[in-house]
Amino acid sequence: MTKPDFRQFDDLPGTTIFTIEKAREGYELNQFCMSLRTAENREKFLADERAYLDGFPMTEAQKQAVLDRDFQAMLDNGGNVYFLSKIFASEGKSYVQAVSTMTDLNVEQYQAMMIAGGRNIDDGWRSQAERAAFEAAGGTDRNAPAGSQSTTAESTEGEDA
Amino acid sequence: MARITAGVTTSHVPAVGAAIDMGRTEEPYWKPMFEGYEFSKRWMKDNTPDVAIIVYNDHASFFGMETIPTFALGVAESFAVCDEGYGPRPVPVVEGHPQLATHLAASLILDDFDMTVLNLLEVDHGLTVPMSLMFGEPERWPTKVIPLPVNVVMYPQPSGERCLALGKAIREAVQNFDEDLNVQVWGTGGMSHQIQGARAGLINLPWDTQFMDDLVNDPETLKYKPHLEYMREAGSEGVELIMWLVMRGAMGDQVDEVYRFNHVPASNTSVGHLIMTPKES
Repeated sequence: MTKPDFRQFDDLPGTTIFTIEKAREGYELNQFCMSLRTAENREKFLADERAYLDGFPMTEAQKQAVLDRDFQAMLDNGGNVYFLSKIFASEGKSYVQAVSTMTDLNVEQYQAMMIAGGRNIDDGWRSQAERAAFEAAGGTDRNAPAGSQSTTAESTEGEDA
Repeated sequence: MARITAGVTTSHVPAVGAAIDMGRTEEPYWKPMFEGYEFSKRWMKDNTPDVAIIVYNDHASFFGMETIPTFALGVAESFAVCDEGYGPRPVPVVEGHPQLATHLAASLILDDFDMTVLNLLEVDHGLTVPMSLMFGEPERWPTKVIPLPVNVVMYPQPSGERCLALGKAIREAVQNFDEDLNVQVWGTGGMSHQIQGARAGLINLPWDTQFMDDLVNDPETLKYKPHLEYMREAGSEGVELIMWLVMRGAMGDQVDEVYRFNHVPASNTSVGHLIMTPKES
């Protein structure tokens, strides 16, 4: 018998693992997302987001994160990206468009990084200790374009769903 | 007697399905990836199975938070295609094989694998994208399918050891089925990718390549690889690769590698694909 260790994942930099504990915390947020699997509900949600969200027993922090499209805050409040995908799918956005908002890159920079081979794990992304050392040494991700600053630009790349 | 004739693994990226459905496979971004599956489509035409057992995961498409089965098996006559938020993919309905599926579910449960039995299941891109990659865009799928959803979304996922053992049990159960059927087992998902958090976009191709080598030649070494290693080295969603172990377990001890393909990126993902056949013993 193995005793569950949910804290082992805290060592992964920039990563939120959807454990059974987080799943309890995010139950209502994720169930709201599941409601967006019909075109009718997607229209209702987009027509009046606040009113639609008030129909679910979510925490205020969860609702605000959805209204702000703050995906990291949704993860912090128990959301899982596959559930959250129903929110950006409602707006016709792709995974790349939504996922890039959780990084320090804008969507064009993120897409350029992927085409250049993706985020390299050897750029200090293996553990918290590696991350701290990499940042202390002033390192930058090798595949990310220089001058990375997040913006709200929309992607025009070919992969968009 | 039914027999397992081949194994297939492939990533199941949703944007790949969208590219097919919107006729964008010839675009420069996509063309190199789709070219990598041309061999596979030709091979599959000559080696179309009667039934494919497809090991995949649902992405909050059919299963919500109410019920989260670790291992499940679809035993229905057919499986409709989910609306994942963009409307359902315009692909044919997936036809099941209830006779083999019920035999399989019963065999596995009696063999101590506590499968959840699904008389109702809608399937998502995890299952339909691999079918599109292997069969193209037919009006009707040329093979029957037994969906085998695995929870890889919520930790704890099943262990690698359990996934490999499940594959071995599937092999025996198929061989005990009286009807003469040509059966393939597909493992889907992976390879390295992370679609959340500041580390999103992680790709680890050297790790992916080693995983493929070990899967083909030395699968027993993968059995004790902890979830943490998948998540650390291959990204939080890279843990999907445990589903490839189910396929490998069903192949028996030795395999011949028929085909291998890697491509970075498709959307956020390192695409990996293998075809293998069991070595005659």
